[in-house]
Amino acid sequence: MNVLYFAIPIALLLGVVFLGFFIWATRSGQYDDLDTPSYKILLDDKEIEPEKGKNYESRS
Amino acid sequence: MNQEANQNLESFSYDDKIVRWFTYATLLWGAVAMLLGVTIAFQLAYWKLNMGLEWLTFGRLRPLHTNAAIFAFVGNGMFAGVYYSLQRLCKARLFNDLLSKLHFWGWQLIIVSAAISLPLGMTTGKEYAELEWPIDIAITVVWVIFAVNFFGTLIRRRERHIYVAIWFYIATIVTVAVLHIVNSISIPVSLMKSYSIYAGAQDALIQWWYGHNAVAFFLTTPILGLMYYFVPKAANRPVYSYRLSIVHFWSLVFIYIWAGPHHLLYTALPEWLQTVGMVFSVALWAPSWGGMINGLLTLRGKWSEVRTNPVLKFLATAVTFYGMSTFEGPLLSVKSVNSVAHFTDWVIGHVHAGTIGWNYMLTAGMLYYLVPKLWKTKIYSIALANFQFWTATIGLFFYIVSMWIAGVTQGMMWRAIDGETGTLVYPNFIETVTQIIPMYWVRAIGGTLVLISFLVMIYNLLKSIAASKSDLKEEIYQAPALSANTATGHRKLEGLPMIFTVLVLLSIIVGTVVEITPTFLANRFFVKSDSITPYTPLELLGRDVFIKEGCYTCHSQMVRPMVSEQLRYGKPSHISESRYDHPFQWGSRRIGPDLARVGSKYPHMWHYRHMLNPRHMTHDSIMPNYPWLARKKIHYDVLEKKMRVMQALGVPYSDSEVASSVEDAQYQANEIADILAQSGVDKSVADKEIVALISYLQRLGSEVAEGITDQEVEE
Ligand code: HEC
Repeated sequence: MNVLYFAIPIALLLGVVFLGFFIWATRSGQYDDLDTPSYKILLDDKEIEPEKGKNYESRS
Repeated sequence: MNQEANQNLESFSYDDKIVRWFTYATLLWGAVAMLLGVTIAFQLAYWKLNMGLEWLTFGRLRPLHTNAAIFAFVGNGMFAGVYYSLQRLCKARLFNDLLSKLHFWGWQLIIVSAAISLPLGMTTGKEYAELEWPIDIAITVVWVIFAVNFFGTLIRRRERHIYVAIWFYIATIVTVAVLHIVNSISIPVSLMKSYSIYAGAQDALIQWWYGHNAVAFFLTTPILGLMYYFVPKAANRPVYSYRLSIVHFWSLVFIYIWAGPHHLLYTALPEWLQTVGMVFSVALWAPSWGGMINGLLTLRGKWSEVRTNPVLKFLATAVTFYGMSTFEGPLLSVKSVNSVAHFTDWVIGHVHAGTIGWNYMLTAGMLYYLVPKLWKTKIYSIALANFQFWTATIGLFFYIVSMWIAGVTQGMMWRAIDGETGTLVYPNFIETVTQIIPMYWVRAIGGTLVLISFLVMIYNLLKSIAASKSDLKEEIYQAPALSANTATGHRKLEGLPMIFTVLVLLSIIVGTVVEITPTFLANRFFVKSDSITPYTPLELLGRDVFIKEGCYTCHSQMVRPMVSEQLRYGKPSHISESRYDHPFQWGSRRIGPDLARVGSKYPHMWHYRHMLNPRHMTHDSIMPNYPWLARKKIHYDVLEKKMRVMQALGVPYSDSEVASSVEDAQYQANEIADILAQSGVDKSVADKEIVALISYLQRLGSEVAEGITDQEVEE
């Protein structure tokens, strides 16, 4: 099963890449606030110069 | 725009046109994928629907169905949802409109080339990775374009926090790229034919590492990202626990990648690897259910609305099926369960609970949410959406239940041993097939209902779109730029599309190089041994016929080490027996019997007559007829090239063997033709594909690896 010498490092490498992402995310303060982000996505964007005659019904 | 109002505010718009395009593509390919699924479902219930046309036989259409469902239907739906939500979550327009268009048209082109090449029998013979090498390279290129567009947008974001959905998308982009490239590494023989650089057990491991993670990172993580965006948006409620969603993401990402070997339990794969696969698979259950509960609890207090709002109805059902599939998956990975379920329809039912219950339902909910927003319109008919929902749910119910019954029934029949005589209770394989034919009908009807439901949705959405009165002009939004402290690094890159172009080119080159010049890697994965002789040139050609016709979609070549299998097929498969198999053909489903030991079980003439019409030999067979094999000539012109590629991959053919390969093959073909001629077959059969195929079938299992010790193989 020599392919394992190839497959396991790749799987580990992927793990390390994600670990890197994780460390970056934690260090850069991504997870400092775990309450507001979930509310923030609910706010729709501020639209300017709204056009006339539009149908906004489906907006939640 | 109102820039003066606030210095900090930046104006931007969203590229929703591309989302609309991907929406149309999702509808189109969804219908195609399901139509193909229904077709092959009926073919199993009623073999005549193979139509006697090579392009329409089960073995060729089944790969097209799976590829269409995964990459065309779910793929386009995922791109639509990702591009829509990414822009909103980043408060930024997609990085580059041209890249978006290239992404769209590139992907559609890949789908079209799959739709042409797979029915023509151009296939690598590796499940869900059947597309040949030029298309594989195209996939790599388009995926890189997607990645650049995605990360470019992310870097330009005006929202500091990266919402959890985006993390799921990132995992998808990174992992799918790696999986695809690693698994597709092959050496071309011609424009549409190549051999995997991996062989036998090595190929099996890489293939199912890919196969399992295609499910994980193409059908699950991106869809979870969509769930974490669209469920809260549609319910207008924050996700139940944001913290849990973060835990869900990181645990999935770290566990999923190790679960692949659960597809290879009881095979010739080393025992400890199988155990790793099983343990990680069972461990997956916890985070998956955390995610499901998180999704469902987001709807707390909204259940009355779930009943009336089609968006929420579809989304809630999808999340429920996610929970069901992620419970069933770990269960099927437990070795004792797997010993009954593997190679049966239970697994087919399981994947459809995932693709229909989870992917289709979530896509439907997402589209019912998106279409009104994208086209500034209303859903044409809520009643139709409800009708669709119930048709799909009932269809899926028929599907899952029938496959579960069929799977358990067949699995039990295969293993049933008479306690007194110690012999098989159902020694004739066909008995175990005819037993479940009624279930094939139920499944086909269930599938038809699902297809009908999808067509209803297409109608409903197109009607909604047609009612749109909007000119679809892009709206302008404003948001403050990302505050300086986080932005410095990114901002530099932002103005430099050139850098990205270079990066794309680089990745393409790397991808291509890895795809087509892997020879030097190949030798390292190869154990030299004299105890197994490689295929003769004619057998090699026959093997390619086997791959081309997709026989592996119905036949396994892997006798598992269980008493019942030894009684039925013979000695368990040994890892060394497939060591020259580029690609491996262990298979994943036994619609027909295992073929690992079929060599010399029957005379040549039996196979000849069986291939022309299996019902000549086995009255109730559901195997298609293959009359064209007795008409089509063997392609000797590429044989030498094939031999040379195999040689480069480490198969011990000597140079003189390569040089005389055509002669040798013709000699062997004539021998077989002579024997067939004794039974009245015309001698002209000698240069026909059927002779090559027979030589291959007769070779299978003839060299049971008697003297080989495990050590010799494991080194
Ligand atoms: C739709 C599924 C299906 C496909 C595709 C299929 N088969 Fe079969 N095959 C069966 C079934 C079912 C049987 C058992 C009944 C019979 O003997 O025909 C069978 C039996 C066989 C047998 C006899 C095995 C034995 O031990 O008795 C051989 C050999 C065989 N198939 C070869 C092939 C080859 C070669 C191909 C590709 C060209 C192929 N089959 C494609 C379903 C399939």
